[in-house]
Amino acid sequence: MLAAQYPVLPVIVPLLSAPIAALMPNRSLAWIMASLVSALVFATAVALTVIVSAQGMISYEVGGWPAPYGIEVRVDSFSVVMLLVISGASTLALISGKASIDAQIPSDRQPLFFAAWLLALAAYSGIAVAGDAFNIFVFMEISSLAGYVLIANGPDRRALPATFKYLVMGTIGASFYLIGVGLAYMMTGTLNIADLHARLGDVPYLRPILLSAAFVTIGLAVKAAVFPLHVWMPNAYARAPSAVAVFLSACSTKAAVYVMLRFDFMIFGGAFAHHDVQFSTVLMSLALLGMLIGSAVAIYERDVKRMLGYSSVGQIGYILLGASMISLGGVSAGVIHMFNHAMIKGGLFLAMGALVLRLGGGTLDDLKGAGRTMPWTMGAFVLLGLSLIGMPLTAGFISKWYLVQAALDLGTLGIVLIAAILISSLMAVVYIWRVVEVAYFQSPQAGASKHQEAPLMMLVPLWAVVLANVYFGLDPSIPVDLATNAANILLEHAK
Amino acid sequence: MEILGLYNYWVFAILLLIGLYAVITKPNFTKKLIGLNIFQAAIFLLYISMDKVDGGTAPIIPHGAAKDIIYSNPVPQVLILTAIVVGISTTALGLALVVRIREAYGTIEEDKVISMDRDQ
Repeated sequence: MLAAQYPVLPVIVPLLSAPIAALMPNRSLAWIMASLVSALVFATAVALTVIVSAQGMISYEVGGWPAPYGIEVRVDSFSVVMLLVISGASTLALISGKASIDAQIPSDRQPLFFAAWLLALAAYSGIAVAGDAFNIFVFMEISSLAGYVLIANGPDRRALPATFKYLVMGTIGASFYLIGVGLAYMMTGTLNIADLHARLGDVPYLRPILLSAAFVTIGLAVKAAVFPLHVWMPNAYARAPSAVAVFLSACSTKAAVYVMLRFDFMIFGGAFAHHDVQFSTVLMSLALLGMLIGSAVAIYERDVKRMLGYSSVGQIGYILLGASMISLGGVSAGVIHMFNHAMIKGGLFLAMGALVLRLGGGTLDDLKGAGRTMPWTMGAFVLLGLSLIGMPLTAGFISKWYLVQAALDLGTLGIVLIAAILISSLMAVVYIWRVVEVAYFQSPQAGASKHQEAPLMMLVPLWAVVLANVYFGLDPSIPVDLATNAANILLEHAK
Repeated sequence: MEILGLYNYWVFAILLLIGLYAVITKPNFTKKLIGLNIFQAAIFLLYISMDKVDGGTAPIIPHGAAKDIIYSNPVPQVLILTAIVVGISTTALGLALVVRIREAYGTIEEDKVISMDRDQ
C-alpha cells in the first residue's frame, strides 16, 4: 500500500530526484522536474494532513526496525503544518520563479541549482517528520548546505559575503544543537524524541540536561534568527535569487522554531521543574525586543528586501511570544502565525521578485511609480502588506487576534504584551506605507515608461497567495484546528 | 582529582572557546573557517569522550567470543562520523565561497569587503 509509505515520501522523493535533476540536459526540463516533485510533495502533505486530522499521529518505522532502536518518522498535527508550509512555499516559488531564475542564473548552472533546491526541500521535509534528534541535526545541515548554495547564486557579488556570514552562524547554531543532543544522549542513552521524553524523568543528575536545554535552545535561536542572533538573515534573504528568497523566507527560520518548540516542550518541558519559567522568561524578552527593534530597523531600511528581512525578525518575535506564554491559546497562536507568516512573507518576496525582474532593483528609488506601471503586482504587495500589519479580513489579523486573546489571560503582563504587539503593528504600518507612498505617489524615473506588468506565470501564483490570505482571514478553521491540535500535543508532553 | 579525571571535557570546553574566539575576532575569511574547524573538532572530542566505558574494548565481537567482555559504546562514534562528514562539507563549501569572494572583491578580509559594499 502506497498510503502506508506517505510519511517518508516528502523526504525520499525529492532526495532521489535531486541527482536526476542535476543530470537534466537543459534548464526547462530541470525546472519542470523540480516543480512536479515539489507539487507531489505538497499533494502528499495534504494527504497526510487529512490522515492525521482523522486518526491522529502516524509513526513509521524506517526499514522495519522498531523505535527507539530504529529510525522513527513521526507525523503529527505540528509536522503537517510545517510540511504544508515547506512544500507549498517551494511549489509556488518554483512555478512563479521560472522567469526570474532564467534572468538571474546562467542556464548551464540551472540543473545543479534545481538539484540543490530539491535537496533543501527534502531536508526541510525531513526536519518536519523526523522523530529522532540526530536525524534532525543531519537534515538541518543538509538544508543549510543546500541553502548556502542557493543563496550564493544571487545576482550580484554581495550574495557571497552574505552567504559566508550565514554559513558561519548557521554552522555555529547547528553545532550548539549537536552539543545539546550529545549531552542529552550522554545522560539517557537514546536519541528518539519520544524516548528522550520518557527517560529524562529517570535521570538522577540534571545539570547536564540543563546545559543541553541551553545549548539546544540557543543553537536553534541562531538558526531561527531570534533577536539578537538575527544578523545573518536580512542580507541572506535580500541578496539571494528572488525565487530562493520566497522559498527560504517561508521555511528556513520556521523550521528552526519548529525544532525549538519540539525540544523545549516535548523533551525538556517535563524533565525538570521550572523549565517552563526559564524558557518563557528568556524567550519572551527576546521576542519583545525582536518585535520592537526588528520593526524599528525595518522603517529605516531603503532596500525593500532587507526591510522585509528585518520585518521577519519582528514576526519571529510574534511566533515566540505566543509560544512563551505556555498556554493553549498562546502556543496555538504561535503555530497559527508560523503558518500565516510563511504565507504573507513568501507572498511579499514573490511580489518583490516580480518587481526586481521588471525594474532591475529592489530599493525604494527603483520602486518609484511602480503602482502605475505594475498595478497588479503592487496591488498584491499592498494586500499582503495589510495582512502583515494585521488588518481584519486577512490572515495576519487572525494571528494577532489569537495572540491578543491569549495575552489577555495573563493579567497585567498581558497588557504590556498587547501594547508591544500594537506598537510593533503600527511600525509595520509605517514601513509598508513607505513602499506604498513611493510606488503610488511618486512619478516613475525617466525611461521607466517601458516597464510592463510582470509575466502571468508570476502574477497567478502571487494572487493565489493573496486570495489564500483573504480566505484564511475569513475562514481560519483549517490552520486554527491544526494549530490547536499541535499546541495540545506540545503542552501535553510539557507536563 | 575529579577535575583532572575529566580532562577531556576541559579540553573540549577550551577548544570550543578558542574556535569561537577565532570565528568572532579574525577578519580574514579563511581564518574564520579555521576557527570554525577547531570549534567543530571540540564537539567531536565531546562525543568520543562520552562513548568510553571503563575497561571497555573496541566494540567488535569476534566469532565465538566470551560473553562477559565489556565493550565501549559504538553509537557516539557512528554519530560523530556523520558529523565529521557534515563538517567537511561545510568547510569545502566555505572555502569555495572564499575563492569566489576573492575573485569578486580581490580581498578576503571581511572589513574591506564590508567597506567596498558600502561604497557601492
